[in-house]
Amino acid sequence: MSSVAVSNKKGFGATLWDYLTTVDHKKLGVMYLFAGTLFFAIAGFEALLMRIQLMIPNNDFVSAGTFNELLTMHGTTMLFLAATPLLFGFMNAIVPLQIGARDVAFPFLNSLGFWLFFLGAIFLHLSFFLGGAPDAGWTNYASLALYSPGHGIDFYVLGLQISGAGTLISGINFIVTIITMRAPGMTFMRMPLFTWTTLISSTLILFAFPPLTVGLFFMLVDRMFGANFFDHTMGGNTIIWEHLFWIFGHPEVYILVLPAFGLFSEIIPVFARKRLFGYSSMVFATILIGFLGFMVWAHHMFTTGLGATANAIFAVATMAIAVPTGMKVFNWIMTIWGGSVKVTVPMLYALGFIPSFVAGGVTGVMQAAAPLDYQLHDSYFIVAHFHYVIVGGIVTAIFGSMHFYWPIMFNRALNEKLGVLTFWIFFIGFHLTFFLQHFLGLMGMPRRVFTFQADQGWDLFNFISSIGAIMMAIGVVLLVINIIITAKSKPLNCRDYWGDGRSLEWAIKTPVPFYNFKQTPLIRGFDPYWLEKHDGNKEGMIYAEPLGDIHMPNNSILPLVMSIGTFIAAFGALYHPDGVAWSIPVIIIGLGITVASMILRSVKDDLGYHVHVEEVIATEEHLYGKGGNK
Amino acid sequence: MGHDTHVQAKSKKQFEYDRHHNAMHMRKQVINFAIMIFLTFVAFAVVVADFSPYFIKPVILLLAGIQVVLQLYSFMHMDDKKASHMGVIATFVWSGVLIIFPVFLTFVTIIWW
Ligand code: HEM
Ligand SMILES: [Cu+2]
Repeated sequence: MSSVAVSNKKGFGATLWDYLTTVDHKKLGVMYLFAGTLFFAIAGFEALLMRIQLMIPNNDFVSAGTFNELLTMHGTTMLFLAATPLLFGFMNAIVPLQIGARDVAFPFLNSLGFWLFFLGAIFLHLSFFLGGAPDAGWTNYASLALYSPGHGIDFYVLGLQISGAGTLISGINFIVTIITMRAPGMTFMRMPLFTWTTLISSTLILFAFPPLTVGLFFMLVDRMFGANFFDHTMGGNTIIWEHLFWIFGHPEVYILVLPAFGLFSEIIPVFARKRLFGYSSMVFATILIGFLGFMVWAHHMFTTGLGATANAIFAVATMAIAVPTGMKVFNWIMTIWGGSVKVTVPMLYALGFIPSFVAGGVTGVMQAAAPLDYQLHDSYFIVAHFHYVIVGGIVTAIFGSMHFYWPIMFNRALNEKLGVLTFWIFFIGFHLTFFLQHFLGLMGMPRRVFTFQADQGWDLFNFISSIGAIMMAIGVVLLVINIIITAKSKPLNCRDYWGDGRSLEWAIKTPVPFYNFKQTPLIRGFDPYWLEKHDGNKEGMIYAEPLGDIHMPNNSILPLVMSIGTFIAAFGALYHPDGVAWSIPVIIIGLGITVASMILRSVKDDLGYHVHVEEVIATEEHLYGKGGNK
Repeated sequence: MGHDTHVQAKSKKQFEYDRHHNAMHMRKQVINFAIMIFLTFVAFAVVVADFSPYFIKPVILLLAGIQVVLQLYSFMHMDDKKASHMGVIATFVWSGVLIIFPVFLTFVTIIWW
């Protein structure tokens, strides 16, 4: 039959259309990865500009106003538009494979989540060209934000509202996927840790993003439609913004760090060639961190005058988080202990991560002591602390996992030698940049300042810090070069690239066919691929069903159209306070486009299509040669 | 996945069983609805009757708690143990309650209006 022929080469237009309409978790994973890398580069560049400004005292490389914009966009972009999508990239690409699923539970929503995030991000960045970026810090405290002139803050509010909706949708999608789509035999307590941390972190998204949405909505009506939620002169209260923001904001740091923990919990056992130590305590610690993460937000507000009782309660709750976190650290160490360790690039990142993250955790506990925080608050000590957890914990996880999972995602391997070089340049640069900032903070240098006076003992440390930032930038450039070189390298066409893979994603031969597993696998225990390998099963898995037709979802352009609708409406809302005549019509047209596509989606049934057995066999032969995936 | 979808005709016995089952369900639904209306009435009544605030506040909070449980378990069918993933759903709902409680507590205690 003719439909059995498998096409391989497509024109540029067709490829582009394919990516715009795709609902495939693997392609969306790649799109998240590249979009995240793009914004990581932009925000990194902003950081570099700030560090150049702070290299020498009384510098005038950028103006004070520009510095505030760079600072705000750096923080906002890094957290919402770089770290989050990069981690979503790995979740999309890996989690369905780890649990033996065909795709996520709602492929259409997966695509919608991506496009909302991406267009929200573009919207936020357009602020640079349309009269100035937001400048009230990534925390956007109402007492600053309400009085910021121009449209910067409006870009922040609307951009985050749109991309936040995307994040929430993706989070819910992962929860449903992990709960309902695990292969037979994959019980909760057999799930790999990356899947576990994805589940918990998606749950945190589910509970934490609504308070942010509420806060942003209040801010939006305050600024654009003249309400007074945060205006104390009109009976509002500016502190409520801080509460709403941090009720979201503290869980947000765990939303980012938990998947990073999960990634390292995958990397370390593979290269220590030893089962993960204390699996069930790892799961328990993940859940406990998730819970406690919601009980501590006021540690960001110790100095706002909550009173001694409230400060004491939140201080103790914060310190309690150190316990499950410590459990995790000891488990990683015990996994490495006595293993026959292979120091590859991902493992290097893991080995660098442990001490760096512990340092960040220790300063976190210091800040949790409320009386001490009166000294540390808003100083460079805080900047050092959170960069140790964010860069030392999350960015190392992302870079390490790029090397680790590149074979599965792209059927190519990143260059090891260049990877080692990149690691050392980046890692040394990171400690040079941030270690001395602890002392700058203790010596009294406040955070979020655009310059400083000479001869206060800060000059040398700031200079060294800027040199470190330049090294980190070189490291990132090397990583990008590595990616470009690798794109030209030969495809791997193998399974279990590292040779010591343990969980299910390594059992599948690359390139992964669009339907993932030709038959749903049967899981016989924790580390299923390792189990099968151990039992001499060459195929790497046993199957829960005979080879049959595969049901797949259709591609759709509607998610992109829906997101464009919200993007257009956001411009209407943004210019509404200027009193332009077209603002309300634009809001209506934009939302109209979104609602119309939603109606279209609901009215027109889309039942997907079947890939018939012959096509499955043909695809397998096309990808892996005669005999298919054996 | 997803192959072989069977369509099965209902037998007469099955039909009657379902019918009875649905009737029972409906009766329960109506009774719970009546209870909820009654509790709402009580809440209004204590306010209208002008009791001391130290009586009214705890009573209303208690009634609110009962209403939430009724709402979740009766109207939103969380009592349906056989439904798939009910354990997970209950865990999520009650985790949400647990998480929002300290938020509620801080907002009524330490925020100065
Ligand atoms: C694990 C990932 C973590 C991330 C990504 C993270 C991130 C951050 C960020 C961005 C801030 C700055 C807030 C601001 O703008 O003022 C901050 C402050 C703070 N962090 Fe963390 N943090 C993490 C872990 C921890 C831990 C483990 C603790 C304590 C056990 C902790 C305690 C604190 C405290 C008390 C502050 C407030 C300091 C102040 O504002 O004076 N953090 N963190
Ligand atoms: Cu926090």
